[in-house]
Amino acid sequence: MKYIVSIFLSGLLTYAVGIYGDLPWWSFVITNFIIAIALPIKPAQAFTAGALGVGSLWAGLAFGIDMANNHILSTKVAKILPMGGSYLLLIFATASIGALLGGLASLTGSFVRAHKS
Amino acid sequence: MRLLPLIASAIVTTALVFTLNIQLKIGNAKAPRLGYFLSPQHGFWKNAEKTDANFDASIVANELQGNVDVYVDDRLVPHIYADHDQDAYFVQGYLHAKFRLWQMDFETRVASGRLSEIAGADKLPIDRMFRRLGMVYGAEKTEANINETNPNMKATVDAYTAGVNAYIKQLDPADLPFEFKLMNYAPEDWTPKKTYLFLMFMSYDLTGRSASVDLQMTNTRDYLGYDLFDKLYTNNQDSLDPIIPKGTVYEKSSIVPVKPLNADSAYLLKANSVTFNTVDMPEAPDKNNGSNNWAVAGSKTKSGRPILCSDPHLGLNLPSLWYEMQITTPTHSTYGASFPGSPAVIIGFNDSLAWGVTNAGRDVFDYYEIKFKDTTENEYWFNGAWKATTKRKEVIKVKDSLDVVEEIAMTHWGPTMFDAHYQNTQSNGRNLAVQWTAHNTSTGVETFYLLNRAKNYDDYLHAISLWTCPGQNFVLATKSGDIAIKQQGSFVARWERQGDFIMPGEDTSFQWQGIIPTNENPMIKNPERGFVSSANQKSTDPSYPYYLGAASAFPLYRGISVNMHLNNMFQITAEDMQKLQTDNYNVFAATARPALMKYIQLDKLSIDAKRMVTEMTNWDLYNSVNAKGITCFKIIWDSVEQAVWSDELAGSAIPLLKPEAYVLLDQMLKDTNWSIADDINTKDKVEDLKTQVTLGVEKATEKLLALEKENKLEWALFKATRVLHLTKTPALSRMDLPIGGGVNIINATTENHGPSWRMVVHLTDEIEAYGLYPGGQSGNPGSPYYDTFVNYWAEGKYYRLLFLSKEKLKQSERTKWHMQFQKSNS
Repeated sequence: MKYIVSIFLSGLLTYAVGIYGDLPWWSFVITNFIIAIALPIKPAQAFTAGALGVGSLWAGLAFGIDMANNHILSTKVAKILPMGGSYLLLIFATASIGALLGGLASLTGSFVRAHKS
Repeated sequence: MRLLPLIASAIVTTALVFTLNIQLKIGNAKAPRLGYFLSPQHGFWKNAEKTDANFDASIVANELQGNVDVYVDDRLVPHIYADHDQDAYFVQGYLHAKFRLWQMDFETRVASGRLSEIAGADKLPIDRMFRRLGMVYGAEKTEANINETNPNMKATVDAYTAGVNAYIKQLDPADLPFEFKLMNYAPEDWTPKKTYLFLMFMSYDLTGRSASVDLQMTNTRDYLGYDLFDKLYTNNQDSLDPIIPKGTVYEKSSIVPVKPLNADSAYLLKANSVTFNTVDMPEAPDKNNGSNNWAVAGSKTKSGRPILCSDPHLGLNLPSLWYEMQITTPTHSTYGASFPGSPAVIIGFNDSLAWGVTNAGRDVFDYYEIKFKDTTENEYWFNGAWKATTKRKEVIKVKDSLDVVEEIAMTHWGPTMFDAHYQNTQSNGRNLAVQWTAHNTSTGVETFYLLNRAKNYDDYLHAISLWTCPGQNFVLATKSGDIAIKQQGSFVARWERQGDFIMPGEDTSFQWQGIIPTNENPMIKNPERGFVSSANQKSTDPSYPYYLGAASAFPLYRGISVNMHLNNMFQITAEDMQKLQTDNYNVFAATARPALMKYIQLDKLSIDAKRMVTEMTNWDLYNSVNAKGITCFKIIWDSVEQAVWSDELAGSAIPLLKPEAYVLLDQMLKDTNWSIADDINTKDKVEDLKTQVTLGVEKATEKLLALEKENKLEWALFKATRVLHLTKTPALSRMDLPIGGGVNIINATTENHGPSWRMVVHLTDEIEAYGLYPGGQSGNPGSPYYDTFVNYWAEGKYYRLLFLSKEKLKQSERTKWHMQFQKSNS
C-alpha cells in the first residue's frame, strides 16, 4: 500500500511543483526525496516508485501534449536532438530522464530512513 | 548502516541533476539543458501548441488610453481597432512580442553585435564587424534625434515599446519562446533603441554590401589596372531600361560635383601594393537583395482603376521578417506587412492608396584611408594638420569568457573600421574610416507612419521626402487614379566613380560635396505609358546629372522583363498581376542562349555535351519547377564565364569581383575577335570566343552529368530553395521547396532568397487586395501557424486579404478569435 501511495504522491507532487514556472525543473527531486523519507519502503521499491511516479507523469504529459499538437514540434525536436525525427523516441527519452532522476531521488531518500532505523 | 549508500546515491543524483542542468557540448554545438528542455512542465513541450488552440484573450493594461479590440482571422492575422493611435501601437508591440518575441531579440542582437553574449566566442568576428561598422552608433544618433526633435514619433515608439514589454512582463518562464529554451537564455526588456537597431540592420542589409564590394573593387582595380578594370566593370549598360524612361529631360542640378584635379594620380589610376582580403568579412548582405514593384494606371486595367504590386526580395527566413496586420484608428485604416521590432505597416495600403518599395541600390557607403600620428590613434592627418579623434568604447560580452572591448577611433568621416586592432589579413596596417549615410540621424519610421495615414499623392510625396536610408523606390497608386514612383533617400552628389574605391582621406578633396536635394531625386507621375515600375535597375539613363554608383549594384534584366510585360498588357486584372509577379520567363537567357549558340562549335562536342546543348536549346525559356533546360543553360553559362575570366582573374591571391554577366554577353553580341577571350596562359596560340565557349560547354557537361546521376537536373531540385530558420537549423526550416524562378527572373526565388512578401492591391472602391509571405504568423516552431503560407507561396498562389470595418469584420466567417485590451480601471 505504501508503495502504491508513494507512486501516486510522487506523481502528484511532481506535477504540483511543476505548475510554478519560477521553481527549477528539478524540484521534484526534493519532493521525491521527502516522500521516500516520510513513507519508508525498501530501497529497490523506493527507486521504482519514484521512477514510476515521475516517469509516468512525464510520459503522460508529453504524450497528451504531443497528440494535441499533432506531433508538429516533437518531430522537429527529434531531429535536432537527434532521434531521427521519431516523436515516440522523444517521449520515451523524456519519460526516461524523469524516471531515472525521480527514482534516484527516492532511492536517496529511502537510505535516510534505513540509516536512522 | 546505510550511510555509504546514502552518500553514494545522493552524489549520483546531484551529479545527474547537475549534468542535465548544464549545456553539454555536442560536436561544435551546444545542446540545450536537457533536463529543463525535456521537462513537460518547463521545457519545449510547453511550446507545442494545440492544433485547435484558442486565441481569445482579455488583457488589462494600465498604459492604454482607451479600449482596443483585436479580431484575429483564420490565418492568424490580427485586425486592430483602437480609439487612440498610440493604443494601436501599444497593441502592435504586444502582438509582435506575443508571436515573434525571439526573432525580435535575435535580430537586434545581430545588429548590435551581441551574439557572443548568448552563443560564445565563435560569434566574435560577426559582433566585432557590426560594432566597428557603427551600427550601435547610428541607432543611438537616430534615437537622440527623435527624442529631441520629434515628440510624436517618440510617443509612437514609446507606446510600441511599452506594448512589447507588457507582454514580456506577464510571460511565465515556462512559456518562453522555444528558441530561448533551445539556446538557454531569457528575453530582456525592449527599448526604443532596439527599434532603431532593427532599422539600422535594414540599412546594412540594403546598402552595406559596399563594405565588402568597395574593398573588392579596389583590389580588382589594383590587380588589373584601371583601364582594363573600366572595360570589364564598365558602367555602360547598353540594354538598360531605367526606372525613369529613357529620354526624360532632367533639370540642371543644383550641385555640380567636381572631380578633384588629382583624382587620376591620387585615386583612380593609383595602384596600391597592399590589398584587402575581403574573405575575412564574416558576413555580407546578399547580392540579390532587391525587389520588384509597379503600378498600372486605370487606362491599362479592366476596371479602370489602378493596381499596385510590390514584392521585396530578401533572405527567406523562419520566422519571417514580415508580420501581417490591419491597424484601424479614427485617423486611418491600414493593412499590410509590418516588421516585428517596429511600429506601423511597412508595405501595404489604406482606404485611399497603396504603396510599395524596392531597393534603390545607390552607393551611400565609402571608405577613406586614414593616417594616424601614432598607434594611440589619438590624432590623424587632415588638411595639413593633426586632428583629434574621439574614442568610442564598445564592450562585447562573451558567454563563458571575458569581455572584449573595441575601442574605435572616431574621425570626422565616421568610425575607423579597419586599423591595427581590426585587420584583414593583408591590410598591412592601413586604416580605413567609414562614411555612411546610415550613421546620419534618421527619422526612424516616420515615413511609414505618415504613409499609413496618407490620403493622396501630396501626402505620399511629403511622407517619403523624410526618408534617408536605405534609399528606396517608393511606388504609389491611389483610388483617385494617380500612379507614381520616386527614388528617395539621402543620396550623395557624386562625380563619376567617386567612392567606387577606397578614397584618400587626408584632406577635403575627396569628401562628399553634398546630399542631392529631395526634389532632384528621380521621379515620375502618371506617365503616358500607363505604368511605373522598378526592379533595382539604374533609376535613370546617363543624362541624369548625378553619378548613381558602380553598375554592378544594379541588376539589368528583371527590369527589362517587367517593362516588356507591362508594355504589352491591357485590360489588366488583379489575377493578371499575380501571374506577372510569379512569372518565370528568363529574359537574360532569351538573349544569351542564341549568343552562346553562335559560338558553340557543335561538331567538336562530345555526345553527352551535344545532348546537354540540345536540352538547353529545346527549353521554353521559363525557369519552371521541372525544366531541365534552365539547369543546363545556367551551368553552361557559368562555365563559359569561368573559361573567359579565369585567366584574367585567377592569378590573384585574393578574391576579386567577377564581372557582371552583361559584360560578356554584350561582347558576344558585338564581335568575335575580342582580346579578353584569349587565354593569356597559352602564349603560342590565340583563343577566340568560339574556342572558349566550346571549352566551357565541355566542362559544364561534366557537372551536368554528375547532376543527372543524382537526379538533380530538374530546376527546383537543382536550386533547392529553402526558407531557413534564423539559426539555420534544418529541422526548423523548410527545405527543398518545389518553386521555379531565379536570378534575373521576376519570380526572383534563388536558394535562400526571393520574394519575401507578395502583394497585389486593386484600388477599387472596396479595396481588393491579395498577398502572402513564405512563413506564417506565428514564430513558434511548435505552432500549426509557423509555416502556414509556405506551400501556397511556392505554388504562386495568393490569399485574399481581409480589409474590413470593425462591424463587417466581426461578422465575417473568417474571423475566429477576439482579443480585448482594456485599461485596468474600466
